[in-house]
Order: sequence, then C-alpha cells, then structure tokens
Amino acid sequence: MTAVDPPALARSARRRRATRRADTAFRLVTLGSGLVVVVLIVAIGVFLFVHATPAFRKAGSSFFTEKAWFPDNSPARFGIAALAFGTVLSSIVALVLAVPVAVGSALFLTELAPRRLGRVVGYLLDLLAAVPSVVYGLWGIYYLVPRLKPVEQWLDRTVGFIPLFHSRAGIYGRSLFAASVVLAIMILPIIAAISREIFRQVPRADREAALALGATRWEAIRLAVLPYSRGGIVGAVMLGLGRALGETIAIAMVLAAAFKVDFHILEPGGNTIAANIATKFGLSGGAGRDALVASGLVLFAITLAVNVVARGVVYRTGLAAAEGKP
Amino acid sequence: MAKRIEAGGVTAWFGSFKAIDDIGLTIEPKQITALIGPSGCGKSTFIRTLNRMHEVVPGARMEGKVLLDGEDIYGPEFSATDVRRTIGMVFQRPNPFPTMSIRDNVAAGLRLNGVRRKAELDDAVERSLRLAALWDEVSHRLGRAAASLSGGQQQRLCIARAIAVEPDVLLMDEPCSALDPVSTLTIEDLMSDLKDQYTIVVVTHNMQQAARVSDVTAFFTIAGADEPGRLVEVGATSKIFTKPDDERTEAYITGRFG
Amino acid sequence: MTAIGVGRISRRRRVTNTILCSLLGLAVLVALAPLVAVLVYTVQRGYHALSPHFLTRSMRGVGPLDKGGGAYHAIIGTAEQVLIAGLLAVPLGLLVAIYIVEYGRGTLRSVVRFLVDVMTGVPSIVAGLFIFAFWVVGLHKGFSGLAAGLALAVLMLPVVVRSSEEMLKLVPDELREASYALGVPRWRTILSVVLPTASAGITTGVMLAVARVAGETAPLLLTAFGTDGVNRSPFKGAQSGLPLYVFTQAGSAFDVAVRRAWAGALTLIVFVLLLTVIARAVTARSRVGVD
Repeated sequence: MTAVDPPALARSARRRRATRRADTAFRLVTLGSGLVVVVLIVAIGVFLFVHATPAFRKAGSSFFTEKAWFPDNSPARFGIAALAFGTVLSSIVALVLAVPVAVGSALFLTELAPRRLGRVVGYLLDLLAAVPSVVYGLWGIYYLVPRLKPVEQWLDRTVGFIPLFHSRAGIYGRSLFAASVVLAIMILPIIAAISREIFRQVPRADREAALALGATRWEAIRLAVLPYSRGGIVGAVMLGLGRALGETIAIAMVLAAAFKVDFHILEPGGNTIAANIATKFGLSGGAGRDALVASGLVLFAITLAVNVVARGVVYRTGLAAAEGKP
Repeated sequence: MAKRIEAGGVTAWFGSFKAIDDIGLTIEPKQITALIGPSGCGKSTFIRTLNRMHEVVPGARMEGKVLLDGEDIYGPEFSATDVRRTIGMVFQRPNPFPTMSIRDNVAAGLRLNGVRRKAELDDAVERSLRLAALWDEVSHRLGRAAASLSGGQQQRLCIARAIAVEPDVLLMDEPCSALDPVSTLTIEDLMSDLKDQYTIVVVTHNMQQAARVSDVTAFFTIAGADEPGRLVEVGATSKIFTKPDDERTEAYITGRFG
Repeated sequence: MTAIGVGRISRRRRVTNTILCSLLGLAVLVALAPLVAVLVYTVQRGYHALSPHFLTRSMRGVGPLDKGGGAYHAIIGTAEQVLIAGLLAVPLGLLVAIYIVEYGRGTLRSVVRFLVDVMTGVPSIVAGLFIFAFWVVGLHKGFSGLAAGLALAVLMLPVVVRSSEEMLKLVPDELREASYALGVPRWRTILSVVLPTASAGITTGVMLAVARVAGETAPLLLTAFGTDGVNRSPFKGAQSGLPLYVFTQAGSAFDVAVRRAWAGALTLIVFVLLLTVIARAVTARSRVGVD
C-alpha cells in the first residue's frame, strides 16, 4: 500500500544539497538576466559613443551649430542644429494636438462612459497603437496630406499673422505640421492608455465624496480626479514625448526633407534626427554613417533623459502600476 | 508515522515587530491539538514556525527550537524544503493549483518531489482522496479542473494534496474559516478520522470547533496592540473549556472578550 | 431647495457640466477617427493590389516601371527576424520578470525595474544603430536577418518583461505557499506552479510584443538593409522585411510601386492586428492538465 518511502528528515541530506544547489543556480540565472538589462542600456550608450567619436572629432563644436548635412563631402560639413530643432518642434506640436484628445478621451472612458462601452472603446484605442508606423507614413502621404491642405490654408487665412501659421510661398503639404499630426495620432493611444490607468486608481471614495456634496460629474472630475492624477498625467505626457522624439519612419515618409531652422511649420520641408538617419543611411559612406550614429547618440541621450524624468514622475506619484502599458 | 513536536522558546518577528514571544508547547502524536485565541494573538504565526513557512514572508525571522521526534527542524542539516515535506499544511482559504486538474493537484507534491511512475501516482491519488473523504465525489471526474469544485470540496482536495506526500504532521491554519457550516462539519469529521495516523495541529477562531474536535487546547493571547502573542495555558480540551486555570482563558471561552 | 439663487447657480453649473462632458465625448470621437480612416483607406487601396501573385513572388528582376513583383522575400525575412527576436527576448524577458517578482531585493531590483521601463522608451532607430555599431560593423558580421532579429529583440525585451511581470504578480501568494508547504523547492515552485498559472497572460504579452516588433521598419534599415531577392538564410547577407519593403516601395515615384506598397501595408496590418486581437482573446482562463 505504501507507494512512496516515508520521507525521513535524516535521510534526505544528499537531496537537500542538490535542492539547495538548484535553487541557488536558478536564482543566479535570473539575477544574471536582470543584469543583462543593465548591461544592454550601458552597451547602447558605449557602442554609439565609440562609433560617433570620429564624427564628433571631425565636426567639432559645429556639430551642434551646423544646419546642413554633408558628412561625406570634403571638406565635410554637417551638424544637428536643424535636425534637433525639427525633432523638438514636431514633438511639441504633436503633444499640443494629442494631449487634450488623449486625456479627454481617457476621462470620458473612465468617468462618464458605461463600463462596457469604456472597455470596448479603450480596446479600440489600443489598436491604434498596434498599427505599424510605416502604415501611418503611407497613409499620411496619400490620405492625410491632401486632406490637411485646406486646413492649412484656412489656418493661414485666419491666424496667418502669427509666423507659425503662415506660408510665405503660399504652398502647403508635406510640412512639419502634417508630420506632427501623424505623430500626434501615433502617441495619442500611449498617452490615453496610461491616463486611463491613472484615472482608474483614483480612490472611489474621493469621487463619491465630491458627488455627495452635490457636485456635477464634471465638478467631481475637477475636484477629485484631476488633482489626484496630475503627477501621473505629466508622466504620461512625457512618455508620449519620448515616443514622439524617437519616431522615425512615419516622419521620414511624410516630411519633405529640408535642413532649416524655421518656425513656419505650414511650409513643406523640415527634418528630424531619426528621420534623417532612416533616409540617409542607405546612401551614406563610412563617414556619413559615423555622422548618423553621432546624431543617433544625441537622440538616445535626449530620449533617455526624457524617459528617466517621466518614469521618475510616474513612480513618485505612486502609480507604478500605470507605466509600460502599450 | 505520526511524530511528536516539541517547541521551546519560540519567538518570531516580522521586521522589527515581535509577533510571538517565548512559546513553549509539546504536541503529542495521534491527537488533535487546537490553538485558540483572539485575533492577532500569534496562533497563525506560531503554527507557521512549525514547518518553517514563517520564513517565507520577507523580513520574517524567528528564534527558539522546534523538535520533531527529537530532531531540530531548524538544524543546519535540514532545509526548509525537507521540513515542509515532512510537516504538511492546509491553509485558511482553499488554494488548489488553478492550472491543474483534480488528479494533478493531489499528485503535485509527489510529482514535484520526483515521483514519476504513473501507477504509483494513481495509487497515491486514490488513497489520499479516499482518506480526505472526497473520492466518491470526484472519482469520475479526476481530469476536471480543481476550480470546478465547491469551496468545501476544494479544501478537502487541499487536505488530500497535503497527505499525498505522507507527512508525519498535518498543520491546519483555520481550515474552515472560508467554508459554510455543512462543509465545516465534513472537514471536522475528516480531522477526527485522520488523527489515527497523524499529528494534527489546528488553528481556529471557532471555539465550538476546538471543543468538538480537539483533544488538547492551547490558548494564546496578547496583552494589547503592538504586544507579542503569548501562550497562556494548555491542557486537555475538556479541562480548558470547563475549569481553566487562568482567568484570561475563562474570560475568552465564556465570550467576555475576543 | 426652491430658492431662486440656488436654482440659478445650479443652472450655470449644469450647462458647464453638459458642455465639458460633451467635449470629453468629442475627444473620444476625434481619437477614434484616425483608426477608422487608416483601416478603411488601407483596405481600400491594398485590396486591389493584393493577390496570390504578390504573396508568392519576390522583386528579383522587377524594374522600377514593371508591374508584378511581390513581397514573398520580405515575408520570409520578417518571419525569420521576428522568430529570432522572440527566441532571444522571450526566455530572457521571462527570467528578468522572475528575477523582479520572485527573487529581486532592494536597490538592485529597483534599478533593474527602472531600467526595463527606461528601455521601453529607447527609440527603435537607436536599437538599430546599436546593433549596427555593435554587430554589423563592430564585430564585422555585416547586414543580415540575424542582425535585424537582434535589434528587434532589444525592442521586444522590455515589453516581454513588463507584461510577464504584471502577470506573475497576479499569481496569488497562497499558491506559492501551498507549494512550499508540500516541500517543493522554490525554483520548482516557480517553474511548475507560478509560470503555468500565469501562462495565459504571459502568452498574451508575448503576442503583443511580437505584433509590436513585426511592424518595425527603422531598425531593419540599419541591420537587414533590404534586398530584392529571396534570402532564406538569416545568417548571411542582406535580407528584406515586410515593413522595410513597404517603405522602399512607397519611396518610389511610380504608381506600380506605390500599389505594391499598399498591398504590403495591408498584409502587414492584417497580420499585426490579427495577432493583437487573438492575443487579447487568449483570456486569463486557466488551462487544465498542466504537468
């Protein structure tokens, strides 16, 4: 009847050693894997830096002031002034467009919509994040840009006295503005998803306290939900910013490349660090590729800084569960 | 198979909080020992030091000795794993493995400890389920998910899982607190059946249950918040519930506090 | 309750409430509009261009003005590159998640967690540059499907870690305790009890990660480089990939190429969205009979 030996404490010495060894081994394997992450981040910085050095040496301080990009010419003339400008400006415009829509729809879905509807629409918004950027780029060229032209013309007519919304030649199209609209569409689901997580963590009691005072639903949002989630929303916006700064292909496709520092965002032309790498890489020689790596290092540094700060903000507001959602 | 537990000077901490202080208790084999007392008196903490489950909680540590038939379970020659294979445990809430079938749940301990032969496993499964008084209810659906059982059945399944590895001692930490009265009675009957073969320790907050099933009762209490739990008195259940020596025990069993 | 003053204030509040709540609702419609527009337009344009021919031919010997040609070579490339990325990132990512949830303590755990989060923000072009600098020219390995797989793995890793971490955290401690109480060592508990319990959720996370990297173009430019013909070996020579193919064809000035770009885009979007939808459908319902 006894199918197994009665386990005796004293007799399991050998097995105990084996168990302990297996446990330690497994723990060390997982620890090693964790360290791989640390090593990877460091390695990205180090390898980019090593390959960027020749380009930095060649360009000197003009790397940060020069607008043109002719690294393979002799003498070489290249710098990231125009690229960095375009990267930052397009990302800011994208944020201005995306944040109200993203936060507003997140509020609607968590606070106002019936639970079922909120889930279904939230799910659809997540799908927006799943569309590959090359598809957004293609769609941007052939669908969005032609349909944006009248909007751009209208903007010029009504608020064209502000240089930002004026096209001096009267032509519109593959502009920084169009690229920013595509960017906005791409970062919208990220900001919306994180905002939804954050709103969901507002204690029910806070909301009910406001409602019990006779607050309307909007007042409850303003009194209980928004103050509680301010930090988290800042974090969400910054994560969206990080994504916008690094977006490559959609911008490379939509934006007509031009190297200029110019606030007339409705005029065609402009460029970003990431898009420039994508469009120039295949045609570049060794020196050109080194220069592209150098620009990539700058991009890496910027996005790293933005992400570290954003995560810091999100962590500090005690909403650790909210980050990292697609 | 059933073995004697002698605990002496058992003191346990969670971080800097001392949960129990200097508990000494001898638990006899083939008897049911009930640990009773008000919430937070450390009875659950104490029972978890008996099979080294206490140290699973991060920051938890303990001092003192626990001997199983004279062998120190905290001695350097034993690992926590060895101890837990020898001293089984049933938890407050039924916790069958949700990804496993009924059969696999019962066989889990054996299989994870290296038993591979199917016949051997099948034998153990049937024997344990019969012992846990669950065989008749589930023998025709051993392949079904454990989650398909009722709460009481799940708890009996957990008992079957614990006894399948043929432990010497069975620790039960409020095994009925999540169950309805009918299931509770079934489990109590089962405990009485099992005591011929095992040393059984049961933590309960239900005094009727302690009175119904146990042979020996130990009463724990705390002097106040932030104070550690202490053992007040231990004795034959009939005596504790009729003529306790300590007035705190009397106050508790007559329902004046706790 | 009937005081006029109260009534007037509450009317203003009511109007404010209605306007702002409507604006929030409008935001949802604005957010959903591009999704509908992208899907409908891609299907419209891609449907006519997509054919069995497209899925079974490469671009070898197809001139810029020629009709015909397809994405077969690119589909093969993407399949191999994503497979390589998954084979590297999934086991590693799982182990990192296990470290974070089950073993990690103190500062090191927080650092690893934080860096995983930061890594999710590394732009895909930077991942491509890294593998280019480290593997393609640093180790003189040249452009290859494997290099693309490495770059995609860098992007996939943090996504797998994060989703697996969430799933492992959902496994109740009671199950771990039940297993410890049976005398099962910790590593076996993790492999035999914790992982199977979390498996449905982990699978969903992995599928979403695959869907994400399968659509990446930028890293492929710098690692696989792209080619017109079929290259079945991911280890030697440049390879194409479906997103890269769409990018290249879209860059052409000729209508025939743009048609191919749309066909490729439709293929890609169907694959990615199908994967996403199936991933979500893999519910947290536990599987029975896990050994």
